[in-house]
Amino acid sequence: MAERERRITPPYGGVFVARKRVMDADGVRRAVTRIAHEIIERNAGLEDVVLVGLQTGGVPFARALATALDEIEGTEIPVGTLDVALYRDDIGLRPVMPEAVTDIPLDLSGSHVVLVDDVLFTGRTIRAALDALHDFGRPRVVQLAVMIDRGHRELPIRPDYVGKNLPTRRDEAVDVHEDGVDLGDIIHEKRR
Amino acid sequence: MTALKHLLSIADLGPGGLEDLLDLTDSFVEVSERRIPKVPTLRGKTVVSLFYEESTRTRLSFESAAKRLSADTMNFTVGTSSVKKGESLRDTVTTIEAMGVDAIVVRHASAGVPWQVAQWVGASVINAGDGWHEHPTQAILDCYTIRQRLGSLVDRHIAIVGDVKHSRVARSDVQAFTALGATVTLVAPPTLLPPSLVGWPVTVSHDLDDVLPKVDVVYVLRMQRERMTESLLPSLREYTSTYGLTAERARKLSQHALVMHPGPMNRGVEIAAEVADLPSSVITRQVANGVAVRMAVLFRLLGSGMELAHG
Repeated sequence: MAERERRITPPYGGVFVARKRVMDADGVRRAVTRIAHEIIERNAGLEDVVLVGLQTGGVPFARALATALDEIEGTEIPVGTLDVALYRDDIGLRPVMPEAVTDIPLDLSGSHVVLVDDVLFTGRTIRAALDALHDFGRPRVVQLAVMIDRGHRELPIRPDYVGKNLPTRRDEAVDVHEDGVDLGDIIHEKRR
Repeated sequence: MTALKHLLSIADLGPGGLEDLLDLTDSFVEVSERRIPKVPTLRGKTVVSLFYEESTRTRLSFESAAKRLSADTMNFTVGTSSVKKGESLRDTVTTIEAMGVDAIVVRHASAGVPWQVAQWVGASVINAGDGWHEHPTQAILDCYTIRQRLGSLVDRHIAIVGDVKHSRVARSDVQAFTALGATVTLVAPPTLLPPSLVGWPVTVSHDLDDVLPKVDVVYVLRMQRERMTESLLPSLREYTSTYGLTAERARKLSQHALVMHPGPMNRGVEIAAEVADLPSSVITRQVANGVAVRMAVLFRLLGSGMELAHG
């Protein structure tokens, strides 16, 4: 299976080596469609709904959700992107570096924000994202959509929409990409 | 990206380090454009500015950058300090460090003072201008501003005009511009050029009118009258007539060319008042970008944790 380079991003960078495919491309596509329906149902339509994808893994997922929502309801939903590096609580404990520029194109006051990320793990990224959102206005409600919930939460945070619940060991890694979702390990190789 | 403890010169950034910092600055420009331009990144860190020379924009720019990152700031200005009572630089620095600071932003009239301070303290030291020597954050913000307007510095032709001899900005800019692939021409009377240009990757001209139509950027330096101990010029009026960027000369610039100046400007001496306000002038953009660049530098030194990276 493919090896994928990871930049300095949780947990600590290195090379991802896949062991097992846990979701294929069709599975991801069906999960996106289902979550899109759930978002419409939960918010009784799409009025004031804004998707905010977390950099970098949540952004393609957010765009896919926006496309699905448009196909179902015929409404174009604003999609923002958010990099939470500057809000993390582990600054000074590990390398932290913004990977992309935040782009929230509108004031979020009064909106229904759906935060979108690929993998939910400790919940610390979402904690940082909630802090960051606060600087862009006061949303009426914030919901959370993730493709994979892998457990091991360290904070009282739960997702509203889940593609798949995936039991994992703490030291494993999950990689969501265009062909599906892989479970594997991060290998730190100094010789590389 | 490697660990970076101090920023004393452009060379400290290493190969690729300058580009990385410019990319990082994009994130801080975005923060600066928000309704609430503040992030909690450096909460609990203290940044002190230690300025032995007067400054408006650099000191305020660093202070504003630190505050937008939620760091605490302290200010040290020689005029109101114990230096007036005869305290040595070393004692001043040791005293400041004993109060618990994470970064010291140093400006001094003597070259090398930031290096010396970095030997004495555990905090990060940032050079905010030392004598004629270097002013790295100015060079970084200049590169950022050019990149923002022209896309890239690769194969761009930049003229640096004026008092190169006394200019730390010119010394840092030449290194930074050429490192990013630009060609640099220095335009100045022989008395305002350094005694030797051996090792400078530049060409020299004494004819501004000939150079102007060929350049993408004209970078006008301030006439540093406070550093001129001997008579280097017959008169300022003569300087203005041969090397000043007058309105008439500015018309020779190509359509896309930028006019830059590190400030503070002597309007009517090195640059005409109306030229500084032309659309091609990015002088206020430089100041705005300065805050974002200094946020990136402070974050890189104090928050990025690159020293904790594997490998």
